[in-house]
Amino acid sequence: AKNKQTNKQTKNTSQKVFHSHVMVATNGSCCSSSSNAFGSSTVPSGSGTFENMHHLHRGDDAECSGSPAKRCRLRRRTESVRKHRPPFPWFGMDIGGTLVKLVYFEPVDITAEEEQEEVENLKSIRRYLTSNVAYGKTGVRDVHLELRNLTMCGRTGNLHFIRFPTQAMPRFIQMGRDKNFSSLHTTLCATGGGAYKFENEFRMMADLELLKLDELDCLIRGLLFVDRVGFNGHPECYYFQNPSDTQSCVKKPCTLDNPFPMLLVNIGSGVSILAVYSENNYKRVTGTSLGGGTFLGLCCLLTGCETFEEALEMASKGDSTNVDKLVKDIYGGDYERFGLQGSAVASSFGHMMSKEKRDSISKEDLARATLVTITNNIGSIARMCAVNEKIERVVFVGNFLRINTVSTKLLAYAMDYWSKGQLRALFLEHEGYFGAVGALMELLKTTEDP
Amino acid sequence: MAECGRVDSNTSHTMDKSITLPPDEIFRNLENAKRFAIDIGGSLTKLAYYSTVQHKVAKVRSFDHTAKAAAGDKLYEISMQEEVTARLHFIKFENAYIETCLDFIKDHLVNTETKVIKATGGGAHKFKELIERKLGLKVDKEDEMTCLIKGCNFVLKNIPHEAFVYAKHADSEFRFQTTNPDIFPYLLVNIGSGVSIVKVESEDKFERIGGSSIGGGTFWGLGALLTKTKRFDELLQLASKGQHASVDMLVKDIYGGSYGYLGLTGDLIASSFGKSATADKDFSKEDMAKSLLHMISNDIGQLACLYAKLHNLSRVYFGGFFIRGHPVTMHTITYSINFFTKGEVQALFLRHEGYLGTIGAFLKGAEEDNPNQYSWGENYAGSSGLMSVSPDMNPMQRARSGTFDMLEMDRLERQLVNLPLLQDPSSYIPDTVDLTEDALAREYWLYCFEEALDGVVKRAVASQPDMPEAALRAEKFRQKYRHKLQTLRQQPFAYGSLTVRSLLDTREHCLNEFNFPDPYSKIKQRENDIALKYYQKAVKSLDELSWEEKQFALVQGVLAGNVFDWGAKAVSDVLESDPEFGFEEAKRQLEDNSGVDIILGVMPFVRELLSRGTEVVLASNSGPALNDVTNGELQILTERIAAMDPVIEAGLREDRLLLVQSGSSSPCLDLSRLDKVLAMVVRERQTDLVIIEGMGRAIHTNYYAMLSCESLKMAVIKNSWLADRLGGKLFSVVFKYEVPAGKPNKDCGAFSPS
Repeated sequence: AKNKQTNKQTKNTSQKVFHSHVMVATNGSCCSSSSNAFGSSTVPSGSGTFENMHHLHRGDDAECSGSPAKRCRLRRRTESVRKHRPPFPWFGMDIGGTLVKLVYFEPVDITAEEEQEEVENLKSIRRYLTSNVAYGKTGVRDVHLELRNLTMCGRTGNLHFIRFPTQAMPRFIQMGRDKNFSSLHTTLCATGGGAYKFENEFRMMADLELLKLDELDCLIRGLLFVDRVGFNGHPECYYFQNPSDTQSCVKKPCTLDNPFPMLLVNIGSGVSILAVYSENNYKRVTGTSLGGGTFLGLCCLLTGCETFEEALEMASKGDSTNVDKLVKDIYGGDYERFGLQGSAVASSFGHMMSKEKRDSISKEDLARATLVTITNNIGSIARMCAVNEKIERVVFVGNFLRINTVSTKLLAYAMDYWSKGQLRALFLEHEGYFGAVGALMELLKTTEDP
Repeated sequence: MAECGRVDSNTSHTMDKSITLPPDEIFRNLENAKRFAIDIGGSLTKLAYYSTVQHKVAKVRSFDHTAKAAAGDKLYEISMQEEVTARLHFIKFENAYIETCLDFIKDHLVNTETKVIKATGGGAHKFKELIERKLGLKVDKEDEMTCLIKGCNFVLKNIPHEAFVYAKHADSEFRFQTTNPDIFPYLLVNIGSGVSIVKVESEDKFERIGGSSIGGGTFWGLGALLTKTKRFDELLQLASKGQHASVDMLVKDIYGGSYGYLGLTGDLIASSFGKSATADKDFSKEDMAKSLLHMISNDIGQLACLYAKLHNLSRVYFGGFFIRGHPVTMHTITYSINFFTKGEVQALFLRHEGYLGTIGAFLKGAEEDNPNQYSWGENYAGSSGLMSVSPDMNPMQRARSGTFDMLEMDRLERQLVNLPLLQDPSSYIPDTVDLTEDALAREYWLYCFEEALDGVVKRAVASQPDMPEAALRAEKFRQKYRHKLQTLRQQPFAYGSLTVRSLLDTREHCLNEFNFPDPYSKIKQRENDIALKYYQKAVKSLDELSWEEKQFALVQGVLAGNVFDWGAKAVSDVLESDPEFGFEEAKRQLEDNSGVDIILGVMPFVRELLSRGTEVVLASNSGPALNDVTNGELQILTERIAAMDPVIEAGLREDRLLLVQSGSSSPCLDLSRLDKVLAMVVRERQTDLVIIEGMGRAIHTNYYAMLSCESLKMAVIKNSWLADRLGGKLFSVVFKYEVPAGKPNKDCGAFSPS
C-alpha cells in the first residue's frame, strides 16, 4: 500500500497527453520480421530508432504540476526518501520470447533545481520516450494504457508502456552503448528469459549490469500493484457478462478486491499457469507450449501473414467451421450419449484431411481456426487446472489477448460453459505488461525501504 | 499400400480384383462362420466372426484289464478323435479391399443362420448399403465408444501381455505388463480425429469425462496443409526425420539456457511453432511435421494427466489411429506422460488396440452366447502379432503378406483363474527369463528351437503312421513354425514378452493347427507301459530303506524321472539315438534313482505323503504338451497303480488323493491361468504345500514365484546353456524349498547330488 496513489485528483494540466488521438494498432507492427526490426542495419541512420531522440527533443515541456503548497508537501516527502530512492531513469523490463515489454516512469514533479541538475542524457531519454508513440519501425508505446499521475516511491509521474520485438534486442543494446546509458548509474531491472539470455551482451556491449528477476515473481507483483492503483480511476479488471450468448455478451469492469486464491494464466509465446494464494505464495501448476507464439507461427506458415495484427485481422473475418470437423459433421447432430453438442469441435483442422476441402479453403478461415484451436486448448487446460486446484477465479493475462476479443470472449464462454457457471474468467487491461511493472517495483523496493 | 478413400468405384474395383486372397491364411473357417461384426474406420476395416474349428485330438481310453492282464498288452489305447472348439477370428485390412473381401466371404460362407452384422466405426454408414447387398445381412449399428470399451475390457481380461509400456531407447522397446486380475478402474484415451477420454469403472459402467479437439485429425489436417503431404503414414515418416528445434521456440531460445528456478530444462519447448512467425525463412517439411507431432502429443499427454489426476487413476491406456502401432507416436505420448506426471503415471498401449471396436461390436452381437463367461486364449499360430504390417518395423514382411493382419482367439474349455496361493497376483510373472529383454538368451533359445524343429517334425510324422498325408502336414507345420521363429527374431515382442514358455506354446499351437494334437502319445504310452511294470519293484525297494534314506531316494526318484523329457534337446538327442535308453541309464546320470517321471518318480512320492496321512491334489495338464502326462492318461495310470497298491487305492477311495486338471496344455505353467476347479479344490482343501516339478514348470516358469504357503520347486537342469546361466552343470538339480515371509525359514536353495 505504500505505493498507493495518493493524489489521484491532482489535475495534470500542462502535460502533453498523446493517448487521446493515437491508435496503437496503426503504429507499425509489434511482432517479428527481422528486416524491419528495430533500426535494422539497412535503415539509414537518422530514420532508425533511439538515435533520433535529439531531433525529436522538445525543450518547452513543463514538468511540474499542482499548487505550490502541494508541490511543497511533495518536496518534503521526496526529500525524506531521497537518499533511499534510486536515481532516474526508472525502467522495468520484461524480455520475453517474442516481445520486450518496457515500462518507463516519467516523473512529472521535477523541480527547477532537479531540472538543472538533470544530465542531458537523461533528459533526452525522457523526452524521446514521452513525445513519441512509435520507435523505429517496430517499437510501440501503448498510449491508451498509460497510467497517469501515479505516485511511486514518493514521486509522481506517468507510467508508460512500450513494447518491441525481442529480435530487436541487439539493436536496443547497441543504442544503450551509443547513448552511454551506463553513465546514468541506474540499475536496469529485467525479467523474462531475455534477462538471462542477453545479460552478457548488456555487459559486454553496453557496460550495463542487469538486475535479473524471476518472471513469475514480477508478474504477480506487477499485476497486484496495477489492480490496486486502478486504471486512471477505472477498474483494471473486467469480465464478460452472458458469455454464452453472443448477442448480449458485454464487457463489465470489476475489481479483484479479494484476489486470492486465483488461477493466473499467462499467455505469451507459451503459456504458464499459476495458482496464486498470496503475493508471495504461489506455484506454477503447469504450462503449455501451445500459446501466442504457436498462433502466430502457424498463421504465418498457413497464410503467409507477418504480424500478429495481420493474423488477428484475418481471423476476425474467417469461419473456423470450414476447417474444423464438428460433432455434427460426424454424428449428424449432437452426440447425446456423451452430452456433446453438435456445434462442438470434434477435430481441429479435421476437415483438412480431405484434399478437396484443403483446396477450397480461405486464409481467413485458416487463421480463425488456428486462433480458435489455440484459445480453446488453453481454456481447456486452464479449466482442468482450476478444478484440480479447486480455484474458481481464473485470470487471463499476456499479450496473446491484446486486441484479441475473439479469444477473450471464447475463453469467457469456455470457462462458463464447461464448468456450468462455476468458473469465472477475468481479464486485465494491461494484459502483457505486469512482468515489466513487477521488475520496476523491484527497483524501487530495493532502495525504498530504509 | 493402396490409396485409401478412393471414390471412383471403377478404379477401386479393378484394383480390388488384383489381389487374390489366400483362403488358407485369411478368412479361415468361413464354412462355419456366424455372428459377423465389422468396424470400419477412416482407412482400415476390421472384421470379426465366430467359427467352430474341427480339431483332431488324441484321446486315451482304458482297456478292460480285469479279463486278461497278459504281459505285452497295452495299458490304454489312443484314438484320434474330432473335437469341435470355438474360435474368434479378427481380420484387419484396408478399406480399399472391402468389396473383394465381402465377395470372398459370400463365396465361402456355407451354412449360416446369421441374419445381421453388427457394425461400428465412422465408416459403417458409408458401406452399409454395400455390405447389405453383398452379404444379404442386415447392418445393425452399435455405439462406437461402447464397442471400444467392451473390446478393451475383453482383451485386458483374456490376453496375457496385452498392455505394454513403450520405451524407445531401452534394450527392449516393449515392456509388457502382467495381467492384473482386477482391470478396473482405468482411463482410456482414444486418439482418433479428436480425442476422447473415458473413465471405465466396470464391465458396464463408463463415462466420457473429457476430450480435446486437438487429435489425430489435427495432425493429419494441419500436417497436410503445412507439408503438402497427403497421407497420415507419410506425415509420420516425415516427422520421424525432422528436427523440431528449428521450428519450436525452446526454453533455451528465451533464456539462453535452462530456467533453473522452475526446473525447466533448456530443451523444453516453450512455444510450439514459436520460431516460424516470420516470412523470411523456409522450414523443411520434416521439421514442421516433427514440431506438429510434438505439439499434439504433448497436448494430449497433458490433458490425459490432468484427467487422471482429477479422477485419481493410475492406469492410462492410449488407443486410436494416431497411436495404432506407430512407434513415433507411442514414443512422443510416452515422453509427454512422463514429463507431466514426473514418471508417476506410465502410458500404456495395447497390442490389439486396432481390434477393440470390432471385438466390442462382436460381443454385443454374441451376448446370448455369453462369451464373457469363458476364458479365451490368443492362438499364436493364427495371429499375426504386433506390428506385422508396420512399414517401419518390418518392410520385408509387409511387402510379402500384403495388408492383412489377423487375430484368432480360442475358447478355452475351462475358465482360468489365479492360483489362490499366489502371494501377490498383480506382480506375479510366470516366466523366469524375459527373452524380449535378454538378447543373448533370446538368440540361444531361438536357435535351440530351430535346431529342434527337425526332430519335432520327424516325431509328428511318426506319431501318425497310418496317415499318408502326415508328411505333407508336418512339412507345413515346419514352415509355419520356422516362419514364426523368424518373425520373433525380428520382432521378439510380437506376441507379448518372448519366453521359453511362449516359444513352446507357439509350437503346440502350430502342431495343433496341422492336426498333430499329440505327437508324443505313442512314446508316452510305451514308457508308461514299461514303467508300470517296475512300479511294484520300485516301491518294494524303497520300503526296504531306512526313513532317511527313503526320503532321499524319493526325491531323487522324482528328479530322475524328470530327466525323461523330450523337450530338452540334450535328452532328446540321447533318446533319439539310443532307443534302449531307459531308466537304468538315467540312474547312471543321477547315481541312484528309480522310475520314469510320473510312475516311478511322482507316484512313490505321492504314496509316501499319503501314507503319512497327507491329502494330495495331483494336478496335471488338461491337454497334451510334449511327453508330459495329461490328466486323461494320469486317470488311467492311477487306476492301474491303485489296482496293485493299497495305499494309492485307499487314497482314491477315501478322497485323499485327487486328480485334477491344471487347465494348461503347455510344458510350462502360468499360475495366474489355472483351471477354476483346481483353484476351488486348493481353496477348499486349504493347501499348505505346493510342489512344482519339472524344468518347464519350476525353472522356465515359477522359479521366482512367491506363494503364500510353503513351496518346493524341483527340477533337473537338462539344458547346458541354462545350467551355465544358473552357474551349474548339465543335469544339476534344483531343489528349492521356500517358506513365505513371516513363517520360519527352514531351508532354502538349490542343491545338487554328489
